[in-house]
Amino acid sequence: MNAPDRPLPRLERTTGEPRGVGARLPLVDGVEKVTGAARYTADLPAVGALVGKILRSAWAHAELLEIDISEAQKLPGVRAVITGDACDMPYGVIPIAQNEFPLARGRVRYHGDPIAAVAAVDEATADAALALIRVKVRELPAYFSASDARKPDAMLLHDNKPGNIEREVHNEFGDVAAGFAAADLVREESYECAEVHHAMMEPNAALATWDTERGHLTLWSVTQVPYYVHLTLARCMRMEAAHIRVIKPYVGGGFGHRVEALNFEIICALLARAARGTVRLLQTREEAFLTHRGRPETHIRMKLGLTRDGRLTACQTEMVQRGGAYGGYGLVTILYAGALLNGLYDLPAVKYDGYRVYSNTPACGAMRGHGTVNARFAFESLLDTMAAELGLDPIEVRRKNLLKAPTDTINGLKVMSYGLPECIDWVEQASGWRERRGKLAGDGPIKRGLGVACSHFVSGSAKPVHWSGEPHAVIVLKVDFDASVTILTGASDIGQGSSTIITQVVAEVLGIDYSRIRLIATDSAITPKDNGSYSSRVTFMVGNAALDAAENLKRVLVTAAAKRLEISEAEVDWLGEAAAVAGDPARQIPFAEVVEEALVATGTITAKGTFTCPPEFQGGKQRGGAVGSTMGFSYAAQAVEVSVDTELGKVTIDKVWVAIDCGFALNPMSVEGQVQGAVWMGMGQALSEETVYENGRHKAANLLDYRVPTIVESPDIEVHIVESIDPNGPFGAKEASEGPLSGFMSALAAAVEDATGTRIRALPFTPDRVFNALNRKPRVGTAAPANMATTAKGEA
Amino acid sequence: MKTLLRLSVNGRLREDAVAENALLLDYLRDTLGLTGTKQGCDGGECGACTVLVDGQPRLACSTLAHSVAGRRIETIEGLSTEGNLSRLQRAFHEHLGSQCGFCTPGMIMAAEALLRRNPQPSRDEIRAALAGNLCRCTGYVKIVESVEAAAACDEVSA
Repeated sequence: MNAPDRPLPRLERTTGEPRGVGARLPLVDGVEKVTGAARYTADLPAVGALVGKILRSAWAHAELLEIDISEAQKLPGVRAVITGDACDMPYGVIPIAQNEFPLARGRVRYHGDPIAAVAAVDEATADAALALIRVKVRELPAYFSASDARKPDAMLLHDNKPGNIEREVHNEFGDVAAGFAAADLVREESYECAEVHHAMMEPNAALATWDTERGHLTLWSVTQVPYYVHLTLARCMRMEAAHIRVIKPYVGGGFGHRVEALNFEIICALLARAARGTVRLLQTREEAFLTHRGRPETHIRMKLGLTRDGRLTACQTEMVQRGGAYGGYGLVTILYAGALLNGLYDLPAVKYDGYRVYSNTPACGAMRGHGTVNARFAFESLLDTMAAELGLDPIEVRRKNLLKAPTDTINGLKVMSYGLPECIDWVEQASGWRERRGKLAGDGPIKRGLGVACSHFVSGSAKPVHWSGEPHAVIVLKVDFDASVTILTGASDIGQGSSTIITQVVAEVLGIDYSRIRLIATDSAITPKDNGSYSSRVTFMVGNAALDAAENLKRVLVTAAAKRLEISEAEVDWLGEAAAVAGDPARQIPFAEVVEEALVATGTITAKGTFTCPPEFQGGKQRGGAVGSTMGFSYAAQAVEVSVDTELGKVTIDKVWVAIDCGFALNPMSVEGQVQGAVWMGMGQALSEETVYENGRHKAANLLDYRVPTIVESPDIEVHIVESIDPNGPFGAKEASEGPLSGFMSALAAAVEDATGTRIRALPFTPDRVFNALNRKPRVGTAAPANMATTAKGEA
Repeated sequence: MKTLLRLSVNGRLREDAVAENALLLDYLRDTLGLTGTKQGCDGGECGACTVLVDGQPRLACSTLAHSVAGRRIETIEGLSTEGNLSRLQRAFHEHLGSQCGFCTPGMIMAAEALLRRNPQPSRDEIRAALAGNLCRCTGYVKIVESVEAAAACDEVSA
């Protein structure tokens, strides 16, 4: 650990266990979740609400010639039928890439693109109304692969994007040519990653109420980003933001699906306005797959240079992502993939060429480990392959390339704390790496093996999407006559536990009992704005704002205590639930009396706290340089043990050991849960998950054909926490829930190679892929294995 | 066409006029307001709607309400007694077996059925009993631990 030791304040302990930060506190909203009392959007009482439904495109690419809604409008019980005419403002999460309409205008670009929507008195009537809508189209050429969409004669999906390239990125840092020249071994390989989807457990749902008298809108939705939804509604509905209220109830997971405003929630609001009432729009599981925003199908060509003793000299990467029909977060994804080649190891030179391509498939977007995952699969895989060629141990080659914090990467990212060495040490020891790797395979048809990989992720994007000059995060604390402390936060708890972490930080600073604290979140009429739950920003940024707010409140309370005790502030001994005269504990007043004094002449107290990432953390000067910038990187190392049934091609994960440098574990139990979930989600992508389109039609838009691992095939995942105490995180904390994901795929590939001698470079490792790889036959319908190697210099 | 449905839900006898084609899930959620039982998929894929029918786990999304006439239905809302969490509810809460919470009611009901017929299940038996319940947050590790913790505690003190 290279960050300075820092004494941590701790809530007074009565049991020997920490009670504030550092405590294994159950979720503050956990009781509601286990009793069924927690209300998610579809659970909200909506007596008399109209039923909203969406008519979706049955064509992958077509010009809309005519949409006849007259018969649907005439159907008794139908209160509104809307089409693309209802909204002529394109939207999109990135202000410079807004090219999507909630309902298609003029053209549909994927099978499932919304065309029209109805609000009716019941579901049967809504279904009947949809069936009465007549759509005439002229079909257009459609492209389901990046390579087809990039052909010179391909029709453009969006007229302003030549070549169907949404964004290309070309940058070079350091001297790549010199790096390869200095290498003793240079190798180049291709890697393929199938498209994957979030498959969060709660389907999409929205509830919208239009107040006709006032012209006001209230929307409840399943979002991770109520603030972006709010801005999007104002834009698309041409309303003042002041006339809109957005509320996020309990949300059943997100993983990136919900980090931008989505068409269904805008459509629900448009329907409510058109019907002049309340509309509930529940989406099917299939519609969640069509709304998508998952991790794109990715082709990677990567070249690395290594010295004989294992030092990295250069990295050259070409990446092509099939982005789907609309922009979404796409340009950020292709930038992230290049930027975060850096920040994990000491890499002296990197050249990156990225292409984000439009296609007639559902739009991709952000998914846990945004942008970094597939690039990390390629990088770690190639590093292993080359280490083997040089006769180096995979762990040793990683140790050769460690960073030393604090440092700046060649592309302008700051690494302030770096616990990767300790992560690697633990994984090596816990997995029995030295004794067991290379010795597990056995003679039978079931071969066993061990593999390792490292990964990292940002603790929030240091430069926000909307650069308004506001702080990155704001927390408000309210204290009133009842001596309770109410936390008001816009941070979206989507199951990751942000409400719990914020509560722990406030409890820690004030030293008060949890029973005194309430937390109210994500209601734009009540809580301060928050950018949302994405890029693992909440613990770091909102945690820091909570720390600031609690310290500001404590200052007010200490002043009041001094006044009541008739001493100076310096003489106050703050005990949390009481304040005493320093050195004279008998002279003390309870918290309620401190509050009573504090309210004199002012009444209700509100204390605010903010957090802002200084400009020096906001990335390099290059175009797109802000993407990947953060104040704190998490680090992870993991070892995966597998069994491979060589006769069936079936891969079973037997055990995972993972170490996370999360800076400081504000809640170790939550850290474990996040890390286990992240590793497991990586396992799903590595083993079985892939979207499948046939002529643009989703063939796996359900939870049986889209194979999410069940509990039966999920291994024990042992978590070790490394605390590097980040200089800028709240109590030293960094993110813990995305970084560990991206190491899994390459650790698995290494384990399968350890077991079978075969290196597989395409995800996921389904039995047919594995069987074919083991039997050296190319898989039908996929490209032949990439050619090995370009130059090898010296003896390898 | 609605006809009278008589059954027991969480220990209380009910008589409701229910459409003949109504699903048990919709009856519980829309007629009775028991929204703890979740719909996570388009039918039989995820297990979020698991309830107990005469003590056996059943997917409410794939069960016609009238097909369980006269039977004993238990949902997540019926597990707590006098406001006290059940042993599984407490274990899922204290061991972080629940993150986003959406799969939790179904997961707990499936685990409840397991513990009633097999009070001390092995890890493999827990996995087999919960094989039809998907969770996307936890990686299942803390779900297995939660069920083990519930099994280990004395039901009377829970």
